[in-house]
Amino acid sequence: MEELLKKYYRPNKLPHMWCPGCGNGIVTAAIVKAIDKLGLDQDKTTIVSGIGCSSRAPGYLHFDTLHTAHGRALPFATGIKLAKPDHKVIVISGDGDATAIGGNHFIHAARRNIDITLIVYNNNIYGMTGGQYSPLTPHMAKATTAPYGNVDRAFDLAQLAKGAGATFVARSTTYHAKQLSELVAKAISHEGFSVVEAMTGCPISFGRQNKMAKPAALLAWQRDNTITVEAAAKLKPEQVAGKILIGLLHEEVAPEYVTEYAKVIKQAMGGGR
Amino acid sequence: MAKALLMQGNSACAEGALAAGARFFAGYPITPSTEVAELLAKRLPQVGGTFIQMEDEIAGMAATIGAALTGVKSLTATSGPGFSLKQELIGYASMAEVPCVIVNVQRVGPSTGQPTSPAQADIMQARWGSHGDRGVIALSPSSVPECYTLTVEAFNLAEKYRTPVVLLLDEIVGHMREKIEIPDQGSLKIVNRKKPMLPPGEFLPYKPEADGVPPMPAYGDGYRFHVTGLAHDYTGFPSGANSTSHELIARLHTKINDHVDDIVTFEEQNLDDADIAVVAFGGTARTAYAAIEMAREQGIKAGLFRPITIWPSPEKQLKALAKKVKTIIVAELNYGQYVGEVERIVAGQTKVVSLPKWNNEPITPAEMLAAIKDAN
Repeated sequence: MEELLKKYYRPNKLPHMWCPGCGNGIVTAAIVKAIDKLGLDQDKTTIVSGIGCSSRAPGYLHFDTLHTAHGRALPFATGIKLAKPDHKVIVISGDGDATAIGGNHFIHAARRNIDITLIVYNNNIYGMTGGQYSPLTPHMAKATTAPYGNVDRAFDLAQLAKGAGATFVARSTTYHAKQLSELVAKAISHEGFSVVEAMTGCPISFGRQNKMAKPAALLAWQRDNTITVEAAAKLKPEQVAGKILIGLLHEEVAPEYVTEYAKVIKQAMGGGR
Repeated sequence: MAKALLMQGNSACAEGALAAGARFFAGYPITPSTEVAELLAKRLPQVGGTFIQMEDEIAGMAATIGAALTGVKSLTATSGPGFSLKQELIGYASMAEVPCVIVNVQRVGPSTGQPTSPAQADIMQARWGSHGDRGVIALSPSSVPECYTLTVEAFNLAEKYRTPVVLLLDEIVGHMREKIEIPDQGSLKIVNRKKPMLPPGEFLPYKPEADGVPPMPAYGDGYRFHVTGLAHDYTGFPSGANSTSHELIARLHTKINDHVDDIVTFEEQNLDDADIAVVAFGGTARTAYAAIEMAREQGIKAGLFRPITIWPSPEKQLKALAKKVKTIIVAELNYGQYVGEVERIVAGQTKVVSLPKWNNEPITPAEMLAAIKDAN
């Protein structure tokens, strides 16, 4: 990790601003390890984020980095990817950032199947503003804006991504940090829009309101409430009921947006299609 | 040789963008600006550029800024409701100092208003539409040829001062068709953003040079720099220091205001002996040309002052005008916006009369002539 820190982090920006027990550092390390495993060119990799706790991650990473406005990371990233097709573009977003204020951009990036990797740090809450419910806060969980329990139903982020056209969808947790990193590496390698939901614990803004104030309790919850796709395949559906599937959930090959647009340019410039 | 064509303002704007070197457009369909997008959808890939129709107005602005950060000259086009939606990110472009051009073909508002009717009611939105304080550059063309040249100029100013520049067309100019001679590419002055002279490691991405503007690397140049909408210091990273915000927000103004003589352009007509000056811009200036000619035929000494740069204001010129004429008539297609700015600048030195109109129609020459006669 020492070498990875030196190579991929901006050491003078550390320590990070996340709370003790926050899982965001684990997710960020999983991304860094994936980038290292793939040997990405740091000068041809751009990391983009929106607004929120997780969106502060790019500031710690030694790449071209862009901290945009709330919800808008994907369309900023779309402009970058189209203007620099040979660059890897990785977007870091939170559950509120990606699925509430940025929900429209999320489904349309998926629909286009543009070659961008989106990592959603899902802590089930708006952490930075102090614990308000997000579209991924579980039904009847407590939040500062849902003191009687959250009446909203939550999105299934993976189903949403798949339904909108994402061609790579995976989910893991900070408890399964090794698996998470492997899935991020696969997502970055995938040609097309790839989404990784990284379930991460927020002890301060979510845990304290939901009887999981200790960071370890949130990790134990991830351990006890998830099952890998491989393990689930060997069980009967009733044995899997109530568990959250982790692993590679969806992968398909489909035309990628930037590659398709390159054909448009070729045709318009007189080169035929 | 320049070739003469019949073209509408929106098309001239698109062609001007290409001549300026723009190679990226992201936008969303909206009347009466859609022709800018339609023409660029066809033309951009012909020159190796990229067009994308985004899912909404905000995304159009975001993608435009994203592309601009890679060193590509980028623009978007919209109209009133879309201009409102883009405001947060226009402020982002100001704060992060990302050069880009926003074409706003003004229509009647508020809200959906009258999509196909002309207005000039986004004058103040262009200045104050985004939250927070910042300097702003906005230009308003009055003819089809000027749509072309001012689009080139908008990119030049955006690149020179690292700021978003708003092109305030109105529906009259955007949809008006008239003769245009496309200038030879070689005759155009094209400005490109300053690149860093220092290597990565030594370069501070937000440290201004003497002109108030920091040089700008592109993503991919090896600088691995950080861009944020948070208040930031010379390194580009967030800083909560009072002195940092104080200096940064001041500089977002001074880098523009210290260069008004370089930025501000205007047209004067028949003002040498004038008693009455009409101040009009965009499509309304076309009315003024006719009304002033009619007034002169009737022996009234009227002239025109046409601000081409709307923001920053031509303060020096308007102050001089106030000393010269008995009355200034501010004609505009809104309930009275620019007149407030003229009154602020003139500060009681001469009489200022408002000639506003907001009923979906341009001001007619007869209406303007009547106002001139009243003032005489």
